[in-house]
Amino acid sequence: MQSTIPTPQTPWATSIQQRLNTAGLILLGAALAGAAVKTTGLSGKLGFAVSFFLIASLLIFIQQLRLRDLAAAKDSLLSSFASLAIVLTLIPILSIVGTVAVKGYKGIHFGMFTNDMTMASVNDPVTAGGLLHALVGTIIMVGVALLISFPIGLLTALYLTEIRGNLARPIKFLVQAMSGVPSIVAGLFILSILVIPVTQELTGLMGSLALSILMIPTIARTAEEMLLLIPNELREAGVALGATQWRTVSGVVVPAAKSGLVTAVILGIARIIGETAPILLVSGGADALNFNPASGPMGSLPFYIWKAFLTGGTEEAYARAWGGMLILLIFIVVLFSLARYLSGRKVA
Amino acid sequence: MTLMENQSAGIPAPREITTKPRRSDQIFRAVVTLGGMSSLVILGLIALFLSIKGFNVLKVEQLSFITESKWEVLQDAEGKIAESTFGLGAMLIGTFLSAFIAVIVGVPIAVLSALYLTFYARGPVKKFLVSLIDLMAAFPSLLFGFWGFIVLMGSAEYWAKLLNKYLGFIPIFDVPAPIFERSPFIAGLVLAIMIIPIVTAISREIFDQTPLDRIQAAYALGASKLSMIRAVVIPYGRGGVVGGAMLGLGRAMGETVAVYTVLNVVYQINWQVLFGAGGNVASLILLKFGEAGPEEVDALMAAGLVLFLLTLVVNAISDILINTFGKKGR
Repeated sequence: MQSTIPTPQTPWATSIQQRLNTAGLILLGAALAGAAVKTTGLSGKLGFAVSFFLIASLLIFIQQLRLRDLAAAKDSLLSSFASLAIVLTLIPILSIVGTVAVKGYKGIHFGMFTNDMTMASVNDPVTAGGLLHALVGTIIMVGVALLISFPIGLLTALYLTEIRGNLARPIKFLVQAMSGVPSIVAGLFILSILVIPVTQELTGLMGSLALSILMIPTIARTAEEMLLLIPNELREAGVALGATQWRTVSGVVVPAAKSGLVTAVILGIARIIGETAPILLVSGGADALNFNPASGPMGSLPFYIWKAFLTGGTEEAYARAWGGMLILLIFIVVLFSLARYLSGRKVA
Repeated sequence: MTLMENQSAGIPAPREITTKPRRSDQIFRAVVTLGGMSSLVILGLIALFLSIKGFNVLKVEQLSFITESKWEVLQDAEGKIAESTFGLGAMLIGTFLSAFIAVIVGVPIAVLSALYLTFYARGPVKKFLVSLIDLMAAFPSLLFGFWGFIVLMGSAEYWAKLLNKYLGFIPIFDVPAPIFERSPFIAGLVLAIMIIPIVTAISREIFDQTPLDRIQAAYALGASKLSMIRAVVIPYGRGGVVGGAMLGLGRAMGETVAVYTVLNVVYQINWQVLFGAGGNVASLILLKFGEAGPEEVDALMAAGLVLFLLTLVVNAISDILINTFGKKGR
């Protein structure tokens, strides 16, 4: 007797025929939408997009209704709308990245990394001046903010994950609330507590302090998530070997979460590197190179962009602003990819 | 005999058993607890110092600081302040108006996107889309503002005119003069685009927590994706999604730079969302800060305090919603 081995079937998978049908319907929808734009008063790309979506989802709805039943047809409507939503979400992202790349490209030249704006105004040709002072200012301010925020953020995360005291829940809530503090309020706070009563001077350090307020919750929350990923067995092993909690945390838990903590730092930097409002209020904003955060106004990338964009008005000023924006965006994308890569590696 | 003697001599005195932490641990716990309190301290200091600076103005204006809509500093011939009135009303209305537009436009898109990411997209496409949207959440508001001003303004104006043409009989879509540029509507759209990645990320996390067994049970009973989502996912995640929307609202209310760039900040009450004038509290602070004298700075501090408390309340509600509904289903 010959036994036949049945070939595996996947009856639920969409067949080529179904796919072709759907593709045909979408093409038909596009054609009808094109016709609608031509004949009626709808105009331009937006009119086409709207009518295309409406017609295509209606066609698919009718097809499902004909082939199957009302439930399937309604289901197809949901998938149409979900696809529309994701497209609507993606359009701004792609448009923003595309705009910055295309417009910023003109504002980039080699000299911008070696010059500052002391000898040039925003309306001069793009090749005059540069953003060295802004780059240095941003790096110093973010660096100082990091020095302040990382210890505080890490201690908060350790309190939430290792000590787990009675106040853990309220503290978690407060960290959450702190991450919602509007950036301009952070600037006002530094003004009210330090600048107006004490120093009377706008400096890079004040900018760093304002940025710290925005950075601490990001670092604390990410670090907390990363510390929670460390398996409890590691802590138990440390304690079982006779280590005190301090030795366990410093010798086992924190080293194990190292890449996670680096991720927290990177996300913290990405959060504040483009912050503009507090910088405008408290850092002064200079056109000259300033290496000392404790005295004198300090430039920064957001301030450079802001000034070129708002006080200029010529093509050159806009090109300058977009060029600065491109540099800022590159920073953010690199930081973000780095964080992704590190957190993707999981814990050591 | 000698062996036993040796043994008894070698047995150390029993160690005292205690649950008291060592000195090093006491220090460690104290330091970490102190560090953990930092968020409490910082939030407390923010409230305290903004109140101290804003106290004089708040004492004079009292409740009219938030109900009146007049922000004026009159100077006499010598440049001294003759009379000043500070009322935040118009800007509070503007804050709510633009933030509500952002939520109304942004949240449905964000929730549907989250549904798409959780239940439709799969494999590398899903991974790529999720990273892209998370990246968007990290874009600085400056970028959104300029992009909104340069790129979005044109098409948003087109939509505004369309709305005005066909829905102009509804009071909020009417305009006193045909100026559609730089309106609260366009600011709201930019804010919507800014909160979409945030709300999407939270909704996606909530949807991801839907118990798999219930999803599979629904499918086993013959549910389509739509009916499964309606019967399982929505009841399970409703509270969390509302919390996410509130978080988006909080972000939109506190936004400064994007609103300042896109909106034509004028101190007036403007209900008509398509008309090019208005503002929000944060953009008012940025606008007035440059030329403000000491007394006006105090008033701006008070405005900052109002904004701070407002976002704190919104965030608190959102946090409670996310945490109470995010972890249990029906």
